[in-house]
Amino acid sequence: MSTVTTTETSPQTEVVQRGSFALTVRRLRRDTASMAALCVIFAIIVLAIAAPWVAAMTGHSPIEQFRDTGLSPAGIPVGPGAEFWFGTDQLGRDVLVRLAYGARVSLLVGVFASLIASLIAVIVGTTAGYFGGAVDLVLSRLTDLVMSVPFLLCALALVSAFGPSLTLSVAVIVFFSWAPMARVIRGQVISLRRQDFVLASRSLGAGPLSIMVVDILPNLAVPIIVYTTMQIPNSIVFEATLSFLGMGIVPPTPSWGGMLADASSNSLYLVAWWLIFVPGTALLMTTLAFNILGDGLRDALDPKSARTMRRLKRRPKAGAKP
Amino acid sequence: MAILEAKGLTVDIPTEDGTVHAVRNVSFSIRPGSLFGIAGESGSGKSVLTQAVMGLLPNADIGGEVWFEGRNLIGLPQEEMRRLRGGRIGMIFQDPLSSLHPFYTIGAQIAEVLHAHEKISPADARERVVEMLGKVGIPSPAERYDDYPHQFSGGMRQRVMIAMALILKPALIIADEPTTALDVTVQAQIVALLDAMRRDFGTTVILITHDLGLLSSVADDVMVMYAGHRLEYGRAADVFRAPAHPYTAGLLRSTPASYRPGTELAPVSGRPPSLLATPTGCIFAPRCAEALPRCSSEPPPLRRFSDDVESLCWLEDGASAARPAAAAAVAAKAIKPELVAEVEDVRLTYHVGSFFGPKRALDVLKGINLTIGRGETVGLVGESGCGKSTLARIVAGLVPATSGHVRVLGRDMSTLDARQWRDMRREVQLVFQDPFGSLNPRRRVGAIIGDPFRLHGLASGEERREKVRHLMERVGLNPEHYNRFPAEFSGGQRQRIGIARALALNPALIICDEPVSALDVSIQAQVLNLLRELQRDLGLTYLFISHDLSVVRHVCDRIAVMQGGRIVEMETAERLFADPQHDYTKTLLSASKTLPAFEEGGRRSLIETRVAS
Repeated sequence: MSTVTTTETSPQTEVVQRGSFALTVRRLRRDTASMAALCVIFAIIVLAIAAPWVAAMTGHSPIEQFRDTGLSPAGIPVGPGAEFWFGTDQLGRDVLVRLAYGARVSLLVGVFASLIASLIAVIVGTTAGYFGGAVDLVLSRLTDLVMSVPFLLCALALVSAFGPSLTLSVAVIVFFSWAPMARVIRGQVISLRRQDFVLASRSLGAGPLSIMVVDILPNLAVPIIVYTTMQIPNSIVFEATLSFLGMGIVPPTPSWGGMLADASSNSLYLVAWWLIFVPGTALLMTTLAFNILGDGLRDALDPKSARTMRRLKRRPKAGAKP
Repeated sequence: MAILEAKGLTVDIPTEDGTVHAVRNVSFSIRPGSLFGIAGESGSGKSVLTQAVMGLLPNADIGGEVWFEGRNLIGLPQEEMRRLRGGRIGMIFQDPLSSLHPFYTIGAQIAEVLHAHEKISPADARERVVEMLGKVGIPSPAERYDDYPHQFSGGMRQRVMIAMALILKPALIIADEPTTALDVTVQAQIVALLDAMRRDFGTTVILITHDLGLLSSVADDVMVMYAGHRLEYGRAADVFRAPAHPYTAGLLRSTPASYRPGTELAPVSGRPPSLLATPTGCIFAPRCAEALPRCSSEPPPLRRFSDDVESLCWLEDGASAARPAAAAAVAAKAIKPELVAEVEDVRLTYHVGSFFGPKRALDVLKGINLTIGRGETVGLVGESGCGKSTLARIVAGLVPATSGHVRVLGRDMSTLDARQWRDMRREVQLVFQDPFGSLNPRRRVGAIIGDPFRLHGLASGEERREKVRHLMERVGLNPEHYNRFPAEFSGGQRQRIGIARALALNPALIICDEPVSALDVSIQAQVLNLLRELQRDLGLTYLFISHDLSVVRHVCDRIAVMQGGRIVEMETAERLFADPQHDYTKTLLSASKTLPAFEEGGRRSLIETRVAS
């Protein structure tokens, strides 16, 4: 470092201006945990999409009971093997095929419920945050109210009143999951509303709707993306919980929660460990993957986050002495 | 014997875009008891330099040597560095509010510094703190010892910070932009205090600032930095009398403080370079008015002149002292008697009251009268909190006045219905202070400038795009940058975007709310000249708000001085400067710094040329 040489030979260094999207992708790709999570999610999506092919390949329908080959003479389920890769359940059904079809339910409910919940949260949060005053008071207390209703009790009551169905599960999950996100959005909107660019838009004659949609919404992209991603595993777990309690998906349609319930209902898992292990692992991996991805996205989208900084600090040490 | 000596200091900071070369090969030495000024615009590396010296940049790669009291500070163990900080080297930061802890009394915070470095009884500590508070000019220090930071004004807080820095009688104090967050009149007091303290205690002071006027009045030696390079270095008197480097000369010319009536400011063209790139030649060459062909291909040598001024430049005689010919002396504008805006006895009262206590009325504006004629620029000057921005918002119709009338083009703002109010938006536009906050970071520049057309349904599709491109060209932006985001532009360019947006609907009145106070000096002049040029070509009318008298003087025909919600004096610009009537105007005028005039002619000779190493 005593003399500065090389300056006269090196050509003008080209400075690359990267867009925010390209930067985010770069940061995300550097995060191995997020990439692994993305792979897991991708695998589960493939499994869900390929469910009919899985059924065709094995020749087993998800609801068909193989009493001859799938159950031992004593009526005990068959373990993982050549014919049933993940074994069979207490009725002699193929666990692999049921897992694939169950993935469809989980993802469908998880993604749908999260998207609808986010939509409600954005509408409520933006309206409350932007208008403030009495509107804010009413909407915020409503949010508080929803957050203070006991989830399981209410869900069970509703299901026993209307009978279990997929639509009802989604509705219940949506009702109980928009509130925390609405609070976050409201807080963000309150601080955004005071920014000069909102005043600038107002001074140009923009109405409230225009300001909310054109000016404020794009600035909420980060919390919306992160919270929706984090909401998906919650919804999946909610759905599994409801199905486990027999209040979600109607049997014999396979769902991960229902499979776990079947396994525990007559203590079969004591002899057939795969009945717990297979759907349990699938559920665990899926929720874990979505949570890690959400966390990684938050770091990648926010360049000032502590983790990005730490990673930067570590890097140059390796390349400091060229 | 120097108290602090840096040799070839280099600071590289790794970022995601690559390595930022924040400081490149900077050497200097500071004489004991002197006031050493480091001047530079934002991004010039002046703060990074001192942070590196203090060991506050754990992420950075730091090269070179910094000798202080016989030790090299670079590479010193954290533990020893910690003892030096506060003990031997004190620091004063820009924002006195955020550098004081809001939950502790100021006395306790200063005493804590004592306890951290010395074994001292609480009673003795208190005594010393009170004594120091008195010395920095806090009235009745014994009582104020137990007050919290929020009970002090900005200037008083900065005095507390200075007391905290001085309490251990350090050999060196680093003041990083200590007056930037303060009002003009307070700025002068704080600088005077720093100057007095260094004389009383014999402390050496490093004063970092972007404000050359400030340095010219107090600094002994000065170092001018640009993009991490030390471009000029020497005794302040010599440097300010006759800058050797074209950059220093350009900065001094572009400062509104060196304004002569009837001339345009001479801005430094272009924008600061990226710190990621390594230049082949001189870093300043692309913006330099006196660049030679070799400047952009070979790194400049270090020239040392007979008066010890050093300059990193190819020019052998230093920068030319001549001011560029006064660009077309501005013809006296014919102001038509037609009024664009009329403000009549406008008052604004907020009712604040605690939940239980009685309501208290807070008068922000106490009866303002103001007229703005077509084609005229009216300046509004005052310190923060005097109500000038609030008045701007009332004139713009964004905030309703409590009483009084605001008429724009003869229509009373308070009687407009929603539709008429929306139509009025075409007539009154705002340019904001903060070029970062006033542009939506998530929208493209083309969409931002096209907003007025979209909101008023005036043009769409290709026609709108065409108009936006035309506007961008008008304010000196490259129309090809239509699809970029605001973050990809520099501060000055962003302010141009804001101006383009305000111009779009061809408004009768443009209200500029501190349009240049967030910009660097060399960029300020560009924007001010643009505003004037637009006025000349398009016949615009401005209400121009600023806290800086010299800026206002440069652009305004008439100036209104505001204090505490009232206009205390209203006069044409030159009359106001020549013959101020009100006491407050006089205070403001005396606080604003004027720079010494350049001295013409060759009075210095080159004595040494070294290849920069």
